Amino acid sequence: MISVRDLRKVYPTRMGDKLVLDGISFDLGMGERLGILGQNGAGKSTMVRLISGAEKPTAGTIKSSLSISWPLAFGGGFQYNLTGIDNIRFISRVYEQDFERNLAYVEEFAELGPYLREPLRSYSSGMKARLAFAISMIIEFDCFLIDEIASVGDARFHDKCNHELFERRGNRAMVIVSHDAAYIRDNCTRWAVLHGGKFKEYNDFEHAYADFKELIGWKPPPGWPFVEPVIA
Amino acid sequence: MAATVQQQATFAQSLQVQLRILRALFMREVLTRYGRHNIGFLWLFVEPMIFTLGVTALWTATKSVHGSNLPIVAFALTGYSSVLLWRNMPGRCIGALQGSLSLLFHRNIRVLDIYVARLMLEFGGATISFTTLGLLFISIGWLAPPEDILEIAGGWLIIAWFGSALAIWLGALSHEYELVDKIWHPLAYLIFPLSGSAFMVDVLPKLAQEVVLYLPMVHGVEIVREGYFGAAARAHYNLSYVLPFCLVLTGLALFQVRKVAKVVVPE
Repeated sequence: MISVRDLRKVYPTRMGDKLVLDGISFDLGMGERLGILGQNGAGKSTMVRLISGAEKPTAGTIKSSLSISWPLAFGGGFQYNLTGIDNIRFISRVYEQDFERNLAYVEEFAELGPYLREPLRSYSSGMKARLAFAISMIIEFDCFLIDEIASVGDARFHDKCNHELFERRGNRAMVIVSHDAAYIRDNCTRWAVLHGGKFKEYNDFEHAYADFKELIGWKPPPGWPFVEPVIA
Repeated sequence: MAATVQQQATFAQSLQVQLRILRALFMREVLTRYGRHNIGFLWLFVEPMIFTLGVTALWTATKSVHGSNLPIVAFALTGYSSVLLWRNMPGRCIGALQGSLSLLFHRNIRVLDIYVARLMLEFGGATISFTTLGLLFISIGWLAPPEDILEIAGGWLIIAWFGSALAIWLGALSHEYELVDKIWHPLAYLIFPLSGSAFMVDVLPKLAQEVVLYLPMVHGVEIVREGYFGAAARAHYNLSYVLPFCLVLTGLALFQVRKVAKVVVPE
């Protein structure tokens, strides 16, 4: 169980202090998947970083009896001037994992071929996502923090990720941040909207999404969110 | 399972995690700095060796006036190696955090670890360079073997301690104030001639001796030279000044790291 209590985060800016998270509390148990909706800059990624323990809150506590992954996000946790293989080696050392086994798994799962031997800076964002996702699947955490990374990539990779996350690891806890509303709807068991530093929880997606649209003042086109494009 | 870090860990477990992280960061540092091209990580000590060799050659050619009758090769070797030690450490740590922000995504990697890994590499490189050149010069007869190896090691460690504390302090400070980076370079350049590497304190006038002995690395270099040349060096140093100085600087450095670690944003 992860218990978040009265979480507050303030960032200093040139225009004075900016309150990003204003007293957030919730619990998350094994098997629960919390999907978070929010505008750009609403503080979703900040929240994920705080839960992961990578960054410290201004106030409030996060207690956990679960092992928590690092935030699976673009860029974070990797080094762009090193090759894919060297990154795997580094992560294997940090988490005390067998490098050879990890390499074999990532080679097969990420399907990056010869690019695994090139520096990450030559990767496209989809390729980075593949590598990041594959590496994070090697280490078995109780709770995965997913910041956009699993909802990108092509359809086939998308399916592979979903299989790994929601079928093979369906019993884990997850916090999922994405701008892909259908992804959040289909894969989460609880939903929340983060807006103006406040955090509001919902038991069903439709209510959460209706409030979210209202808060950001957006009228979606009919039929939104699409899952598959309609092909005549 | 390696990932379960939530339970209260015993000291032994924490130590094990700490060593694992430092090893991973150290290996990563070796790779990012030297890569796998040409001689790779051999640059670690070949680079400082080239520096020291060059300075030794220059000082020998110009018969540098250092005011004593100590052999110039040994004088240059001990002097310039010491400079590399205290001057390169801050150079490697200033701005180090900015380039390593993505590593902080992994919760066991802390701000201090990033500095310590770099310092380990810097210390290793300078030490290997110093000993290799020393052994080389001795074996071809340019240099007499040192009088007291343990004393050299002691002096060397004092310089390394001072360099490390200064490096961590400036490194953490530079994350808060960009100015540190701008000021360090001219400062390091200006301190170099005063750092005791190019002269023996003994040959200075009394007043100048008192002034340069405010610089902690001067004490370290003097000890290294006393270890090398014995009584002939007529070294001037004061352990009850340099050791407390390093201790206070270490305190400042750790305080600044703590302050930065509280507000740093991984990316």
